[in-house]
Parts: sequence; structure tokens; C-alpha cells
Amino acid sequence: MNAIEARDLSKWFGEGETRTNAVQNVAFDARFQEMLFIVGPSGSGKTTLLSLISGILRPNQGTVKIKDQDIWSLSADKLADLRLNTVGFVFQDFHLFPKLTTIENVAVPLILKRCKWDQAINEAMQALEKVGLAQRAQLSPQKLSGGEQQRVAIARAIVSKPDILVLDEPTASLDGDTGRKIVEFVKRDILNAQRCIIIVTHDERISEFADRMVKMEDGKITNIEKGQAHA
Amino acid sequence: MRGILKIAYKLLVNDKGKFAALLIGITFAVFLMIQMTSMFAGMMKKASATVTNTGSKVWVMDRSVTSVASSIPMPDFMQDATRSMKGVKFAVPLYLGAGLARLQDGTYQGVSVIGLDDSSLFGRPELIEGNIEDIYAENGFVFVQDAESPKLENPKMGTTFEINDNRGVIVGIAKVKASGLFGIPTLYTTFSRAIQYIPSLRSTVSYILIEPTSVDAIPGIKSEVAKLGYVAVTEDEFIDRITDFYMYHTGMGTNILIMTAISFIVGLSISAQTFYSFVLENLDRFGALKAMGAKGRELVYMLLFQAGITAIAGYGLGTGLCTVLILVAKLRVPDYASIITFGNLAMAFAMVLVIAAISSYIAVRRVLKIEPFDIFRS
Repeated sequence: MNAIEARDLSKWFGEGETRTNAVQNVAFDARFQEMLFIVGPSGSGKTTLLSLISGILRPNQGTVKIKDQDIWSLSADKLADLRLNTVGFVFQDFHLFPKLTTIENVAVPLILKRCKWDQAINEAMQALEKVGLAQRAQLSPQKLSGGEQQRVAIARAIVSKPDILVLDEPTASLDGDTGRKIVEFVKRDILNAQRCIIIVTHDERISEFADRMVKMEDGKITNIEKGQAHA
Repeated sequence: MRGILKIAYKLLVNDKGKFAALLIGITFAVFLMIQMTSMFAGMMKKASATVTNTGSKVWVMDRSVTSVASSIPMPDFMQDATRSMKGVKFAVPLYLGAGLARLQDGTYQGVSVIGLDDSSLFGRPELIEGNIEDIYAENGFVFVQDAESPKLENPKMGTTFEINDNRGVIVGIAKVKASGLFGIPTLYTTFSRAIQYIPSLRSTVSYILIEPTSVDAIPGIKSEVAKLGYVAVTEDEFIDRITDFYMYHTGMGTNILIMTAISFIVGLSISAQTFYSFVLENLDRFGALKAMGAKGRELVYMLLFQAGITAIAGYGLGTGLCTVLILVAKLRVPDYASIITFGNLAMAFAMVLVIAAISSYIAVRRVLKIEPFDIFRS
């Protein structure tokens, strides 16, 4: 069973002369225990594709299956539940709540899953320990460095133990060395046999960690190749 | 759900600047709304003081009477006519008038004179000094001790004074439930002495006070009185009549209404604008929550909870502030006309809920519109 199966996937914005094809007839699979990179220049449709396969943006055409479940046949509530239980998100700008402490930020997905507060905080602490930030638990995210905020965002994404982890431009807000360390950490400590990690990036410096790379241009997949990690 | 609301609470109160701005906006709106309506309630209580203090169940008066002070004298036969009506236990006259008292230093002070029925003294005040029978003594007057007492130089038992060029003697000191609206001292005496001392028209009876045999008899009495061209109203109806007059036939009600509306608009503007900017500031995070799997209704609950907390806290602070101000004012000005009634509180609470509802509605619309995809695009 694949983590994600995308078939004949298309997404366009606008109609008639203003229509823009963001993703056109895309098909690919993402597997468990795999770090899949979606790469391509700006405007190539990487982020749109990521949104389509993670249940955030409804495609105009095609299907997306997560663990054999056609996600776009689900109701809005069921789809939200699927995202909550199956997909972990690390956003480019992290989107941490500055008015919550670091540990409370990490606990948010568990709270959304109706975990009790104390239990959520305990599990959030374990996630923070995993990313090496347990000692920063009570600080505001604003007091953390960019790299630390990225790791808090990763802790928040993995705290509910999702099958699929989605990282949108994880190195975009970081310097080269920190970005590389983050991706290395994700590959080494977060990826496992029950998890698939998809990274959208145009940062070639981290391509050495990719198991496979989906290359995009003008909304189309131009190539799917084994990454340097398999070379 | 408790966890989600706890997050909402922390997001709100940890944003100290905006939370303070929201609280200040709602607190002052509540303060002003309660203060305005309390002042009106206080003034209406004073305007109805004679009605409340007299305690008659039914009042008979001319149809044109709009307030206690604007009594129109009725002919004496009305007293006999009402006494003979079915359902009337007793009916007595009441005189209300104004006199000029000459003080020791030669200056004059306006006074309100209430003439009680000579035989029953119905409607007499509670005495704190003296015996009520002494009111029958020559030139006897009972003085009401309230915030207006200094204007008559705080007379004691036995103090003599001039009223409309007649001699008066204080034979009793009384207290009443409420003092009058116009800030003049009140003197009680007998009906016959009152009409003797105060210049009167041919008709002398200001009001007829009726004690019905039962509550059920009141409609019949009203009907009988109406046949004679006059009107009979209960104590509550008379108070409502007075309130209606001040509310709709003087500028008082309009001004209070305008001030209350302005307070509401100011509170709404501040809180809606601040709450909206609070939501705008966190919009991308709300979008992130949506992307993570939060449902639209959960975000709505969060916003409603935040608006509700702010509204209740602001309402409590505003009510407290108003209470303190009125207490302090009453320490300095004992006759300060302002009372907080349950009606005022309920009205202010309803308006605060409207403020919270409108503020959160604007915010909810914005949050529900955001697409999680926008978070990725940002």
C-alpha cells in the first residue's frame, strides 16, 4: 500500500481567458519510509500539488488516495479529520502562535484531537525532546531562533504521529547550514517505516537527502527520479 | 472542546495590549450605559417620591396630570363621590403645594407642602422625632429630614419659621423613602392648615387617595371615576405615568437615550475594531489550524468564546466602576440621583452581548473565509 496515490490530477484557477493551469494531469505515488522531494522553479506548481495531495485544495480533476482512501470523496468534516489524524504539516513560515508557549504550540494538534490538556502537554514535551528543544518548552516561539522555530514546527507536525509529513520549503527561512541540519535531522530521526515525508523545495543543497525526486515545470511532472540518497 | 477553548483563552489574554483595549472599550461602554440609565432611574425615583412616600393604592386626579407636581385641583364633591363608590374602603384628600419659608437670616427658601387628611393623616411619613398628634397643634408642621435639610437651616423640634407670612412650628422630624426631584425641603401639615397657609384656587383637593376593599375592586373604581370626568390610577400606574412624561415629553428621556446609544456605538466601535485586528493578526494561524484539521465550527467556538469572555469581563468591570462612582458620589452628594436597577443591568448586559455578537460576527466571517491553501501560498 502506498502512502499517497495521485492520478490524473489537475488544478486550474480562473476560467476562460484568465484560466491558469497550476497542475496538469499529474500522476505519482509516495511510499512509506520514503523521503520524497517535489522540486522545480518558482511557479511550477509544487505548492499547489502539495495542497492537492494533502487534502487542502480540491482538484478540478483526478483522484488522490491516502492509504487507499479517496480523500476527495470525503465530506469536509471527514477530510479535516483525515488531515488531523494522518497528515502533519510544517509550513514555510512555521505559523506558530506567538502568544502560546512553545510546548502549547506543539500540543495544538493533540488538543484539536480532543486529548486532555495535561496529556497533550506531556506528549508535546516528548515531541520537543525528540527535536532537542525540551529546555525551551516554556518560552514563546518569538524568543527562539529560526532553526529552533523550524524544529518546533516539526515537533508540532509529528506530535500526533501522522503517517504523512508534509514540509513546505523547510529551508527557505533558514541559512544554508541550519537548513541542511534540519532536513538531515528529519531524515534521520523522523522518517520511519510507517511514515512518508514529502518535501517541497527548490533548494538543491538538500537534494542529497531525497529518496526520490518529483521534478515539476509549468504544472507538469517532467521527471521522477531516484534521489541522491539512493545513488 | 475544553482544550480548544483554553487555547482560545490563552491567545486572548496573552495578547495583553489588545485584550486591555477590548476590556477598556467594553468597560467604558458598560459604565456609560449603566451610568446614564441609572441617572434616569434615580431621577424617576425622585420624581415619583411623593407617590412612593404616600403609599396610597389608588390615586384620583384630573386627566391632564402628568406628574405629581403638576396637580390640578379637583372640586370638593369628588371626595364625597369617591367615598360612595362600590369597592372603596376609604377616600381622603391630599393637598400638594409650594410655599415660601422665611429663614432666620431673612432670606427665603421654597418648600414643598403636603397637606394630609385632617381626620386620618393618611400618607403621613415615619417620624424619627416627635408625636404625629402634635401636627394638630397650632401652626404645627412636620419637617422631612433629608439631603435638603440644610436649605431650611436644619430645623430642630420647636424651631419656628415663617411660611407665606404665617407662623410655623416644627413639631416632628420625619424620614421618607425618597426625597423629591427639585431639591427643595418638604413639610407635612394637615389639609386644612395647608389650604389656609398656601394661596389656593376655588378647588383645593390636589389628589384623592383611595383604599380599595380589594385589588379586584380597582377596575370598578376606575370606571366610576372616569364617568365623573377624572382618572383613577394605581400607584404603579401613576409612577409609569410620571416616567412616561419625563421620558417622552421632556428632553430628559431623549438625551439619556442619545447618550446610551453613543456609549453603545463607542463600545461597539472600539471592541469590533480591536477584535477584528486581533483576528487579522492571527489570521494565518487560524488558517494553519484549519490546514491541520480544525473544523470551521471549532474556530467559530474559539472566537465566540473570546468575545464572550471579553464581554463578561468588561461588563463586570463596567458595572463595578459605575457602582463605585455612584457610591463615591453619594458620599459627597447624599441626594445624588442615581440608582442601579436590575433593569439597567439587564439592558446593559443585552447591549454588551450585541457588541460581542457583532464583533465576533465580523471576525467569524473573516476566519471562515480563509482557505488553508492561502497559508501555503503565503
